[in-house]
Amino acid sequence: MASEFLIEIKDVNFAYGRRPILTGINMTIPRGKVVAIMGISGSGKTTLLRLIGGVLKPTSGEIWVDGECTSALDQAGIYRLRRRMGMLFQFGALFTDLSVFDNVAFQMREHTDLPESMIRDLVMMKLHAVGLRGAHKLMPAELSGGMARRVALARAIALDPLIMMYDEPFTGLDPISLGVIANLVRQLNDTLGTTSLVVTHDVQEALNVVDYVYYLADGKMKTHGTPEALRADKDPLVHQFVYGEAEGPVAYQYPGKDYGEELKLGKRCEASPPGGRHAA
Amino acid sequence: MPHRSLPTIRSIGASAIDNVMRLGYATRFIGLTIAHSGTSFARPGLIIRELYFTGVLSLIIILVSGLFVGMVLGLQGYQTLTTYGSESALGVLVALSLVRELGPVVAALLFASRAGSAMTAEIGLMKATEQLSAMEMMAVDPIARVVAPRFWAGVISMPLLAAMFSAMGIFGGYIVGVVLIGVDEGSFWSQMQSAVDVREDVVNGVIKSFVFGVAITWISLFEGYDAPPTAEGVSGATTRTVVTSSLAILGLDFILTSFMFRGI
Amino acid sequence: MGRSMLDLWVGIFVVAGVAALVILAFKVGNMSSLGSGETYEINANFDNIGGLKPRASIKSAGVVVGRVKSISFNNERFMAKVTMAIDSGYKFPKDTTASILTSGLLGEQYVGLDGGGDDQILKGGDTLRLTQSAVVLEKLISQFLFDKAAEGAPAKK
Repeated sequence: MASEFLIEIKDVNFAYGRRPILTGINMTIPRGKVVAIMGISGSGKTTLLRLIGGVLKPTSGEIWVDGECTSALDQAGIYRLRRRMGMLFQFGALFTDLSVFDNVAFQMREHTDLPESMIRDLVMMKLHAVGLRGAHKLMPAELSGGMARRVALARAIALDPLIMMYDEPFTGLDPISLGVIANLVRQLNDTLGTTSLVVTHDVQEALNVVDYVYYLADGKMKTHGTPEALRADKDPLVHQFVYGEAEGPVAYQYPGKDYGEELKLGKRCEASPPGGRHAA
Repeated sequence: MPHRSLPTIRSIGASAIDNVMRLGYATRFIGLTIAHSGTSFARPGLIIRELYFTGVLSLIIILVSGLFVGMVLGLQGYQTLTTYGSESALGVLVALSLVRELGPVVAALLFASRAGSAMTAEIGLMKATEQLSAMEMMAVDPIARVVAPRFWAGVISMPLLAAMFSAMGIFGGYIVGVVLIGVDEGSFWSQMQSAVDVREDVVNGVIKSFVFGVAITWISLFEGYDAPPTAEGVSGATTRTVVTSSLAILGLDFILTSFMFRGI
Repeated sequence: MGRSMLDLWVGIFVVAGVAALVILAFKVGNMSSLGSGETYEINANFDNIGGLKPRASIKSAGVVVGRVKSISFNNERFMAKVTMAIDSGYKFPKDTTASILTSGLLGEQYVGLDGGGDDQILKGGDTLRLTQSAVVLEKLISQFLFDKAAEGAPAKK
């Protein structure tokens, strides 16, 4: 029974020991779309990715991926599910002892019985898609940040996954690489027919390429909608995030003593609103 | 009114419990490693690759150290034996010291510092740069693919390295004693042959080095796998590997020696 | 590091390691305890075994023919019972003497067997009748002093 939604997250709570990370999350990811999960650092975005990938199990609630509930799967089942997923880690996480070619070929060699000649062709195709076919002999240490991330992307799509997950793909890149990656996310999604989840706090780049946005704050789902809806949202929290404003509901100063008292001048200055949330 | 020393006692107790829990985790870890060794044996290329990095790259330090230890044994042994007129027993002294004790123990200590710390650093860095997580997400079990081959490579390398250490040491003792000082060559080898018993001495030495190999590799791999994924975390883990392995080697040596060489 | 170079070096490493083990086993050590393994047991009772220990060698005419298996105390006769494991290849007559000797002047002690002239051969489990205990240093000295005193006394008369 193929549901319209590839991933459904129902009432999921996740706590690390006694610290709640995610509370009452409800999400639906439709097939074939690029969905962004945004929020400031520490809002639980990466934890959400890990829950979908089966690395973590929710404290309560259910996560359904392509008709299977992740909590019900055993280790072998989770591995089976992951073979249909591709994940791009924040800094690439390439295997440093293998060449670019061997990195991309890794999944093919581990999970398939394809002959080396076919693997070679497939690897070249994937590298060509990210524009790095000529670099196949290099070692990861010889690549720049942007190149490493593109190779990691080629590696993640090696087996034409059903779901692509991107963990902060735009962090720390120069503007050109940023644009390249953002375009690749869109292109690969459309050409391969995958469904993509992009976890990021890089608002402007992301809003240009994604179809839908979920915004997390403090482990709760604050709002969700299309990029246009988010840009037009009047909520001060969302507005501060989307337009990158320094002051708003998220305070600039880390909570502490009154500024005047700190400088031993008496209660004269009021730099931080009491009880305000601090910026990450 | 709580006593002044209560916080100290509480922290000692807490750290004792933490260490016991850690030991339990380490035991589960090594159990998993051995249980998931199927991949390593189905693809021996993985073990061979690790044998190169743990064994072959340790050869230089083992052989050179063995040579020097044997030479020092020859020198020092000669000094002491001369006072009893027993220079001809030099071969016995060098061979027994090396085969029973120095070979397995010193080779193990060197192996822990060179290969053990390298394994810890490698795995710790793989964890810190999310390579292990990436492997997990690609449905490849990192314990089977990364940890198990290194475990078996370490266990195989250690006895071989210890034997090479002892052999080089005896050669070094021969060079100093017979060639340089002038002890009679015939009595050097013949007395050695009659005093060194294969089952008692050589085999026990091999058993010791095998036990050391298991201990060192277990500690190195666990510390790397459990290291906090930061620079300080990995460097702390490497230090802990060397210290814990060295203590384990010396402790196990005492236990094994008292079992093996009782009543001789 | 090409794949074949790696395999070559690992091969060299393993060969060198096994060679070292073989050298230690054959050239450095002796294989006597890994020999045929077939032995038979002979017992002997001594007044005093001195410093004899289990696994001490048993020699006849200076050649090692076996090892001491165990030593126990016979509480009825107040003697030491030594159980010896003799290699099956060697046969001794029933009137063989067992003595406890010292190798060198102050070396470790071993059991020396002197064959007699009996036709019958010792079988497994037999006990030797003739034994000579170890020389105990104190008794030797007191014997020497006694002899010296006895020498001096008649000379005075």
